[in-house]
Amino acid sequence: MTTTNTIPMVAATAQHAEQPERKLTIAEALREGIAEEMRRDPNVFLIGEDIGIPGGFGGAFGVYLGLPEEFGRERIIDTPISEKAIAGAAVGAALMGMRPIADMQYADFLFECMDELVNQAAKMRYMSGGKLSVPMVMRAPVGTTNRGAQHGQCPESFFIHVPGIKVVCVSDAYHAKGLIKSAVRDDNPVLVFEHKMLYGSKGRQMAGGLDLTMHVPREEYLFPIGKAVIKRPGTSVTVVSTHLSLYRCLAVADELAAEGIECEVIDPLSLVPLDTETLWASVRKTGRLVIVHEDTLTGGWGAEIAARAADECLFSLEAPIKRVAAFDVPLPVAPIMEQTVVPNVERIKSVIRGVCQ
Amino acid sequence: MTYLNQLGVDKSLDLYRQLLLLRRFEERVYNMFLLGEVVGTVHQYQGQEAVAVGMCDHLSHTDWITSTHRPHGHAMAKGVSPRSAMAELYGKATGCCKGKGGSMHLGDPDVGMLPAIAIVGGGNSVVIGMGLAFKLRKTQQAAVCFFGDGATNEGAFHESLNFAAVKRLPIVFVCENNLYGASTPYNEVSLVPDVAERAKAYGVPGHIVDGMDVLAVHEAGGAAIASARAGNGPILLECKTYRYIGHSRSDARGYRTKDEEADWKAKDPITRLGGQLIGEGVAQSKLDELDAGVEAVLDDAVEFARNSPEATPEMALEDAYA
Repeated sequence: MTTTNTIPMVAATAQHAEQPERKLTIAEALREGIAEEMRRDPNVFLIGEDIGIPGGFGGAFGVYLGLPEEFGRERIIDTPISEKAIAGAAVGAALMGMRPIADMQYADFLFECMDELVNQAAKMRYMSGGKLSVPMVMRAPVGTTNRGAQHGQCPESFFIHVPGIKVVCVSDAYHAKGLIKSAVRDDNPVLVFEHKMLYGSKGRQMAGGLDLTMHVPREEYLFPIGKAVIKRPGTSVTVVSTHLSLYRCLAVADELAAEGIECEVIDPLSLVPLDTETLWASVRKTGRLVIVHEDTLTGGWGAEIAARAADECLFSLEAPIKRVAAFDVPLPVAPIMEQTVVPNVERIKSVIRGVCQ
Repeated sequence: MTYLNQLGVDKSLDLYRQLLLLRRFEERVYNMFLLGEVVGTVHQYQGQEAVAVGMCDHLSHTDWITSTHRPHGHAMAKGVSPRSAMAELYGKATGCCKGKGGSMHLGDPDVGMLPAIAIVGGGNSVVIGMGLAFKLRKTQQAAVCFFGDGATNEGAFHESLNFAAVKRLPIVFVCENNLYGASTPYNEVSLVPDVAERAKAYGVPGHIVDGMDVLAVHEAGGAAIASARAGNGPILLECKTYRYIGHSRSDARGYRTKDEEADWKAKDPITRLGGQLIGEGVAQSKLDELDAGVEAVLDDAVEFARNSPEATPEMALEDAYA
């Protein structure tokens, strides 16, 4: 993490509470953070499919709308549909000291460029004995939206297994902006996963997405990679979740409060590095841990947190560690099947109730 | 006027010395491997020296190359110090990658060579980002991507050639067609006899070059690199060449004939340039003197590697993250 600047590294929106509300969606917050970084550093550029074409989409989810007009298409680089080329170009440019932000239209397409990410981006620093670094960002939208098995996966867990890569999951506008800016300044490859149902566009809301506009300060700030945030304090059980599942957990927490179960809901924000300090402090306080993610169960990132929690907090635990995750099947399209596969409110509620009995 | 005459005898002697450096380096590595001093496996470059030397002679340390699992020759031609390269093969802390790269990831950013990429086609996609950076920064740098015939059936070859073409990147793609991808003959895996022909599919000029003739590679490489630097976009050179030894240390070469090997060795790039130089009036004793000089450099490199400190256990846990 670059810390040689004088920009405040803030950890909570409360610090900005005295300011007038300025509500942004995640898409708008990401756009603003990216634009600020592009203004600050001429080495920052965007590369991906359908990101700067005049009359086009501004990226698959509109995050880049307006940026080509300000920065020109020389820095908003449209590519062929060639994910290996996108990732390879980002790795190579980063090795030469530039700071590319590469774009995958869907996180599912990351599998097209696993070599560039896993064998090249993650290992070049190590293989060079520390002489090189790969300061690139790869943004990738995750999450199921009735588009089936190849446009809805949450592949974060594949990448937490790869030393040399940092993995960030953003779930709200404030942290999205602070984290994308930190990711651009980080000297390591950073994968930033965003959930398609959380971008905040009207179309998404009609499709069941949440209205997630929230206050984003006008002045510049960074949020550190590797810091979790407690979204709701509680004493009965620690619930760790990201993305859309996080909001389901928060809704469940509201309901269970009426039953006297006080959930402490934590958004880890970074899976690598993981803020174990915040996590274990909470688990030692509550004595219970439930991890909820939209990725499939087996080998998902919840397994890693569960294993580490067992190692670090075993004698504080009053109940088995539980995971609520997608069942181990590909994603179906039909809504009733899809919402059966991913962690839904009922399943989350039932598991949390179970450990609190 | 021959190309040798254009270059002059002194320059041609320098190319001869470089060819010898690559050949003798590999001979040393082979011996040290048999002695158990070089760890892992090695994929060697004997026979293909003209390609690396003819290309890299046009590059400065601010130009970059990508290499493959067979990188020793590229490293010597690009100017990686024989000491730090040999120490790297010995797994010593003084190696150019602190012993973390080894044979298959030999390289040194200090002289413009990425740690070699040992995934077939891996360098092809990374090099486009290097070319993109040079273009965005409007420098006059160029990148050369070395790869084998085997890489031309990887998706990375095609995606990257197309990307480099549409973005007009300052890259020369150099295919070292040594006829075999490991044991598999190229003509079993492509119905297009010449890799150079494949460049046309992407609007990229593709040229066949005699990869056993350092002067031919030098001439074609110089023109290609100058064109790429001038902003004309990438060029693909297919250098027809041959590796004298097996794919790796365990390869007994049962898939090809002794006659075929003899035919290619008759085109040996060192013997060839040596003969041409003698034809220009250079004394054999001058060539022998260059050889002795190279051997002395390698004596020193091996001594350096042997006497260097071992890597430490602590070092294994460093350098994964910045």
